[in-house]
Amino acid sequence: MIENALKGNRAYWIWIASLFALIATGLSAYYQQRWFGLGVTGMGVDASWGIYTAQFTFLIGVAASSVLVVFLYYLLHQHEFAKTVIIALFMAASAALMSILFVVADMGKPDRFLNLIFYPNPRSLVFWDLLLLSGYLATSIISGWAMLGAEKKGVPPPVWVKSVLYISIPLALFIYTVTAVLYAGLPDLNLWLTIMLAIRFIASACAAGCSLLIVVTLILKRTTGFDAGKKASEKLVTFAAYAGLANIFLLGLAFFTTSYSNVPWMWFSFITGVVSIIILLVPALRKSQQLFVAACTTLVLSIWIDKSAGLMIGGGPVPVPLGSIAEYVPTSIEIFVALGIWSFGTLLLTALLKVVVAVKVENEC
Amino acid sequence: MSSVADGNTMMNEQRREFIKKTALGVFAGLGASSGLVPAFSLEKTALPVWDEKPVQGKIRWGMLIDTRKCKEGCQQCVAACHHEHNVPSFKNRNEEIRWIRKSSYKNVFPTSNDAGVSKKIQNRAVLSLCNHCADAPCTQICPTSATFKRWDGIVEIDYHRCIGCRFCMPACPYGSLSFNWQDPRTAIVDPVTAYPTRQQGVVEKCNFCSDRLVKGLQPACVETCPEEALTFGDLNDPASDIRVLLEDNVTMQRKPELGTKPSIFYII
Ligand code: SF4
Ligand code: SF4
Repeated sequence: MIENALKGNRAYWIWIASLFALIATGLSAYYQQRWFGLGVTGMGVDASWGIYTAQFTFLIGVAASSVLVVFLYYLLHQHEFAKTVIIALFMAASAALMSILFVVADMGKPDRFLNLIFYPNPRSLVFWDLLLLSGYLATSIISGWAMLGAEKKGVPPPVWVKSVLYISIPLALFIYTVTAVLYAGLPDLNLWLTIMLAIRFIASACAAGCSLLIVVTLILKRTTGFDAGKKASEKLVTFAAYAGLANIFLLGLAFFTTSYSNVPWMWFSFITGVVSIIILLVPALRKSQQLFVAACTTLVLSIWIDKSAGLMIGGGPVPVPLGSIAEYVPTSIEIFVALGIWSFGTLLLTALLKVVVAVKVENEC
Repeated sequence: MSSVADGNTMMNEQRREFIKKTALGVFAGLGASSGLVPAFSLEKTALPVWDEKPVQGKIRWGMLIDTRKCKEGCQQCVAACHHEHNVPSFKNRNEEIRWIRKSSYKNVFPTSNDAGVSKKIQNRAVLSLCNHCADAPCTQICPTSATFKRWDGIVEIDYHRCIGCRFCMPACPYGSLSFNWQDPRTAIVDPVTAYPTRQQGVVEKCNFCSDRLVKGLQPACVETCPEEALTFGDLNDPASDIRVLLEDNVTMQRKPELGTKPSIFYII
C-alpha cells in the first residue's frame, strides 16, 4: 500500500520537497544543539522549559483528542464518521510521534533515552506519560493501518482491530489525566496549580484536536477531492466550538485567580479564542468557507499559544518575579528544530493520508 | 575545668560516632566490590560490618544554618564546595551551576510571614543549598530514578543515568538543581581529581558531600566556615549536636507548608 505515497502530481512533490527541506534544516540545527549543548536554546536558569515542552504538551492533547472520533464511531455508532476515523487515527499517530520527538529534542542526553526502559521509576508520572503515549502511538498506527488494509481488500477490518481501538480509549483518557496531574503537581508552575487544570486540559485539547481534524479534512478535500462528509465535519465543529467554549470559560476564570492577566500573549489567546468560537457557533457566519477555515485555524492557534505561554510563564527553577518572564525568547536553532519535528510529523501524516486517499479512490472506481 | 573536659569527651564521642556512621558508606562500597568476585575479595569481610549494614531511615543527615553567625560578604563555603566538586563558574547567569549560594532572605524564604522580621534581617544574605527533603518531589518525578534517595537521607544524582529531561527542576520548589547547558569542563577554574566532572546535558546539585562523608569528613562548607555557622549531623540521633541545637533554638525550614520535610534548618 505504501507505494501509493510515492506517486503524486507536481504539487504533491513540491510539498514533500519543502517538508524535507525543513527537516534537513531542523536536523542541522539539532546537530548544533547536540554539539554545544542546550545552551544554544533560549532556555536557561530562569526558564528551564521552552517551546519544546510547549509543543509536547500541545501535541499530546491533540493526539489524545482523536479518540473522540473513535469513541463516537465505535461506541456510539455514529456512522457519519466512517471516513473520518482513519484520518483521525493517523493524525493521532503523527501527533503522538511528534510529541515524543519533542521530549527527545528537549533532553540533555538523548542517547540515554533507553534508560527510560532500563531504569523506569514507577512513581514517576513522566515515565507513565511517556509509556502511555508510546502505547497510544502504537494502537493508533496499528489499528489505522489494519483498517486501511482491510478496506483495500474490500473486507471488514479484522476483529482484533476493534479490541485495539477499545484499548486506545482509556489510554487517551489516562494520558490526559496523567499529564494534567503531572503539571499541576509541579510547585514551580504555579499558574498550572488550579483544580480545573485537568478539565481545561481536556477541553482545550478537544477543541484544538477537532479543529485541526476539520482543517486536515478540508485540505484533503481541496487537494484530492476526497470528501469525509459534510455531516462529520458539522458535528466536529460543534464539538470544537463547545469544547472551546468550556476552555475559554475556564481560562476566563483563571484570569481572575492567577496572574495570567498580566501576560499579553494570554490575552491574545483569549480574544482570538472567543472570536473563532463565535464564528463557529453562528451558522450565518460559518457558512462562508473562508471564514470557517480561518476560524478553525485560529482556534487551534489560540490554544497553541495558551499552552505555550502558559507553560513558559510558570517554567523556571528559581522563584522568579513575574517581571522576568520575557527573558525567555526561543533562539533560531530552537525554532528550526521545532519546525523540523513538525515537518517530520506532517510528512508522515501526508504519506499516510496519501495512501488512504489512493485506497478510497481505487475502491470507488 | 571538669566541664571543659566533659565537653571534650562529648565532642570526641560525637566525632567517633560520626566517623562510625559515615564510614558505613565505605564498608558498603567495599562490600559491593568485593562481593562481586568472592575469591578475590580485597580483605576478609568482618561480620560486624554486615551487622551494621546501612538501614534505610536509620540515619538522616541534616544541617543547621545559623544566619546570625554567617558573615556578610563571606563566600568561603561556596568557594570550598564548588572547588571540591568541580562546579564550573559560568559568568552568564543563564548558564550558572550552583550547589550552594547566598541570596536574599526574600529569595530563600519567599512564603514566610515577615511581619515583625526586622529590615536588617530581611536584607541579610542567607545560605541555601539542596534541602535533602525527606519527601523529595525531585526523586518522585525523575523518570529514571537518576535522582534518588539514599539510605542515609541524602538525595543524590546519578550523572550517568540522568537523561537530562529537566522535569526535576520545576519539581524542586527551592530551585536547588542546576542543568549543564554546555560542557562544564571548560569553566572549571582549578579542577580536582577526587571528584568527577560532569558532562553537558545532565543536572547536578549539592550531594551533602557524600564523597567526604565516606572518608569520615564533615561537608566542605561546614569545615570551611570560619564562623562555625553550620552544624551537620544525624537528625535521627537525639544526642547529636544538631539535635541538641534544634531543641534549644527556634528554627525554620524553607517552604515547610509544601510538606517536603527539608533536612536543612535555619536560625534566623
Ligand atoms: S531541595 Fe529540591 S533538589 Fe533538594 S531534595 Fe528537596 S526537592 Fe530535591
Ligand atoms: S533531568 Fe535527570 S535527574 Fe532530572 S528528572 Fe530528568 S533524568 Fe531525572
